[in-house]
Amino acid sequence: MSGTGFIETQTLEVSLGPQHPSTHGVFRMDVVLEGETVVKLKPVMGYLHRNHEKLAENMTWLGSMPYTDRLDYFCSMTNNWAYALAVEKMTGLKVPERAEYIRVIMAELTRLLNHACAIGFLFSDCGAWFTPILYALRERERILDFFETVSGARMMCNYMRFGGVRVDLDDAAMAMARDLVARWPAFLDEFEKLLLGNEVFLARTQGVGILPRELAINASISGPMARASGVEYDIRKVDKYGVYDRFDFRVPVGERGDVFDRFMIRLLEMRESVKILQQALRDIPPGPVLAPEAKLRNFKVPAGDGYARIEAPKGELGFYLVSDGGTKPYRYHVRPPSFINLTVLEDMCLGHKVADVVIILGSVDIVLGEVDR
Amino acid sequence: MIPTVEQIRELLSAGGAKSALLVDREELVAVANFLKTDPQLRFDFCSCVTAVDYLQQGYIEVVYHLYSVALKHGPLALKVRAPRALEQCRVPSLTLVWRGCEFQEREAYDLFGVKFDGHPDLRRILMWDEFVDHPMRKDYVPPMDYEWEPTPHGETLARAKAQGGYVPASAREAGK
Repeated sequence: MSGTGFIETQTLEVSLGPQHPSTHGVFRMDVVLEGETVVKLKPVMGYLHRNHEKLAENMTWLGSMPYTDRLDYFCSMTNNWAYALAVEKMTGLKVPERAEYIRVIMAELTRLLNHACAIGFLFSDCGAWFTPILYALRERERILDFFETVSGARMMCNYMRFGGVRVDLDDAAMAMARDLVARWPAFLDEFEKLLLGNEVFLARTQGVGILPRELAINASISGPMARASGVEYDIRKVDKYGVYDRFDFRVPVGERGDVFDRFMIRLLEMRESVKILQQALRDIPPGPVLAPEAKLRNFKVPAGDGYARIEAPKGELGFYLVSDGGTKPYRYHVRPPSFINLTVLEDMCLGHKVADVVIILGSVDIVLGEVDR
Repeated sequence: MIPTVEQIRELLSAGGAKSALLVDREELVAVANFLKTDPQLRFDFCSCVTAVDYLQQGYIEVVYHLYSVALKHGPLALKVRAPRALEQCRVPSLTLVWRGCEFQEREAYDLFGVKFDGHPDLRRILMWDEFVDHPMRKDYVPPMDYEWEPTPHGETLARAKAQGGYVPASAREAGK
């Protein structure tokens, strides 16, 4: 029993979700409220669980490549890359230089569309219903058009292969990519002008959902969420996988780790991605896009285990694979960034109003295909 | 036995699958604390926690992949083994060392049946609470028909084992 003194209140259990637009999919939060204040919060997931890992263990190595598209269905290109990287690490396949550049182009375009949409949805969660997200979706459509031109599919691209990528970018596709990237600086200016001066947004996000730096590291938080909390850690810089050591870009880092910082980090990261894209499109060399020794049929991986990770738009996406030397993985584990980033959801929400829970969840940027696998 | 800094450095420089440290269950927490707090190692980021079921060898291996955000090195795979039998399949939890293990250990418990002693909230996380088996184990038999018996146990499990696993309803209808 508690309250303001003269009105007696009781704590109230509310089940937020699973069928609610603010949960970004079928995700539920069991929240205990005292008045409007959150005193306890337990995330409940698994509604979209289809045991991706078990399915992959019963398929050939390459057979689960299209399935990785369905993990984080916004970012199929980066999912492909993480899986291909893990297998390449175990087999020692060398990726041709042109394929490395194409991978960077695809991954950074994915980051652009993911961050733009994450910001758009965050504004939807704040009540700016569908105007900001439509600006993001407009640009996303152009990127998806490009993905469709190259890979044949808009979202489920299934584009990368062990030792390279499936098809080369021809001149028309390169011209399309250049046009696409040339639009982005102006779009980002427009987007920033539209969003950043919004007083309601500032009032609702600054100082809300603070994640301290120590907790972010200790709780394995990765990606824009960790960087918003002041963790200067970007796997593109630390591991230098692919050809990321050849590009000049900076890693924006936040100060306070609140919802606003997580929004701002994504905005700044998009500008860095545009810089990477401009350099990659300028420097991309001619040549093959698939290693000649890469086999599609009867592909085997030497016995042993390996872990590879990339900086996916949502954080550290890793694959832990165990091979017994056969044509199927013995063990196939995905380290999903948005699942692990939910570990601290309760810590960020405690003491805030129930309306803020929706915004805090929006700032984590989850995709349930990846959380539940 | 707690390893020395030199041993860990050697493992790290070996790289790839060789940078794995296999420890006994009794020493896991002590080793984890050492790796986290030693000023020359500072593995403050427990990236990935999972389990592997080695059916033939008769154990389940829990694998922790550690990185250092402070010193920017890694990964170091920390491995610990437990017998496959459900009652003995226990490993001390590292959630109190690295908070990031919380959900991942719950997942390993849910899918592999590894009990993490000392975990603050060890419940199923992906499967529903009433589910009885651990589906990522290699000897798990999928149900005959998810529509009417989502969880294989009792008679259904015996029948599924006798018939060699899950047969989709449509295939059974076609066979009649």
